Amino acid sequence: MTSQPAPTLILPPKGEPLICFQDIYKSYNHQSVLRGVNLEVRCGETLVILGRSGAGKSVLTSMLVGLETPDAGSITLAGVELTGLRTETDWDRLRLQMGYLFQGSALYDFMTVGENVAFPLVHHRRLTHDQIKQIVKEKLALVGLKDVESLEPSALSGGMQRRVALARTLALDPHIIIYDEPTAGLDPITSDGIAHLIQDLQKSLDVTSILVTHDLRTARFVGDRLALLYDGRIVFLGSTQELEDSDNPEVKSFLSPISLTESEGL
Amino acid sequence: MQDRVLQLAGHHVVRFVDYMGQLTLFFVAAFTALFRPPWFFREVIAQMFHLGVKSLPLVAVAAFSVGLVLAMQTVGVLSWFGAANYIATIVGMSMVRELGPVLTALMVVGRAGSGISAELGSMRVTRQIDAMRVSAVNPMKYLVGTRLLACMLVLPLLTGVADILGILGGWVIGVTQVGLTSKYYYQLTLKYITLKDVVPGVLKTVVFGAIIGTVGCFHGYHTTHGTFGVGQSTKAAVVTGSLLVLVSDVFLTRISLLIWP
Repeated sequence: MTSQPAPTLILPPKGEPLICFQDIYKSYNHQSVLRGVNLEVRCGETLVILGRSGAGKSVLTSMLVGLETPDAGSITLAGVELTGLRTETDWDRLRLQMGYLFQGSALYDFMTVGENVAFPLVHHRRLTHDQIKQIVKEKLALVGLKDVESLEPSALSGGMQRRVALARTLALDPHIIIYDEPTAGLDPITSDGIAHLIQDLQKSLDVTSILVTHDLRTARFVGDRLALLYDGRIVFLGSTQELEDSDNPEVKSFLSPISLTESEGL
Repeated sequence: MQDRVLQLAGHHVVRFVDYMGQLTLFFVAAFTALFRPPWFFREVIAQMFHLGVKSLPLVAVAAFSVGLVLAMQTVGVLSWFGAANYIATIVGMSMVRELGPVLTALMVVGRAGSGISAELGSMRVTRQIDAMRVSAVNPMKYLVGTRLLACMLVLPLLTGVADILGILGGWVIGVTQVGLTSKYYYQLTLKYITLKDVVPGVLKTVVFGAIIGTVGCFHGYHTTHGTFGVGQSTKAAVVTGSLLVLVSDVFLTRISLLIWP
């Protein structure tokens, strides 16, 4: 019923590098998506990876959980070389300590909300039915939901689905949380709600977060540092203020897409 | 022209061999995963209910109708030779040896095979399968292995029901048109049917179950191109599943006749 307990990641002290991407290359059908990405994520921070749609942001974070593999380069997580992991069992040991919030929530539509949140607990923790029920309630409360356990995911709004998916992501108390476009497809008010939730969780859970988005508003609000992925490379890494003060032409074009399209005659 | 035809034929043969190779590897991966913990007994039972119990009415109606029609068509010919009584034996033998297993498999391909493919295809395009992997639960085991095993367990049971209902269909004609008594019909049915007729029929349904489960899961699991792809996968699962059931039946029947002549 339950798998082997996963070894705890030996996390570095806060502020020290936890995840290192080095010279990451990835292409699909001879089309380069990532062309030598170098990026460091520090323990305890919220790093936002910005970039246009199709820039390869999600591809990069998918590599952290083994959903994608780089064509070349190295990724280390707390000293573990991820490109050296060969089997799903090896990956699973790490995945148990990471949470991944998918863009479209990816809730299991053949389960209720409660069963969705309970899914990782049922498979990886030796707990009684009542204990699981209690944890599900707590995790749902953490994301601001109450009495929704028996509902079908399809009965919820987009924002609520995202919250349930986040509760499922938090179920195993991960050390690292990856948010893949958490506000995509949501209205501005709901997006702000999700952004506030991410910030609150960051304060209360003491985790390292990587957030992928093209939404500058959310990025400015939750990010300790922002990285801009442009043309397959990280062209900027710094604080929100540094991003806004940057003279980098790629940063400027990302911050003012209208002026770029005008100058390109689009 | 001849070169072109040969080239085209060669291309299709290579594609077919490649496809069959992929199906076989997929089956081996899912089947061997079943022998390693964790075990998902509850999921297998749930799938047996979804794939088996819910297919029961369809299989029952189809088998009863086929038994009925088979008897209707045969009774006239048998009467020419004064052998109308043997309607019971012919219907019984046909259902147990051939029609029961194949009919059940084709019904299950249409209902459960398409369902499996559509379900897994939808899960693939909405990234639920990725979410499962990220939750450190192996989808090949949890989703594919359980459905494959359920198909292999459920097909023989459904075939048993189909055999009985097909024979009942023949009984209706035997009693109403030929004038046999129920007891005599029952005796004539059992008189010539032996284990040599029943066992091969049941065993080949296990293979049919493996085919339906593998093909349905394979196409669903490898769905691409969004909702359009789900439709394509479902269609491919039904068409390929039906064809493989019919083609494999030829070989399985030949093998069973060699083992139990």
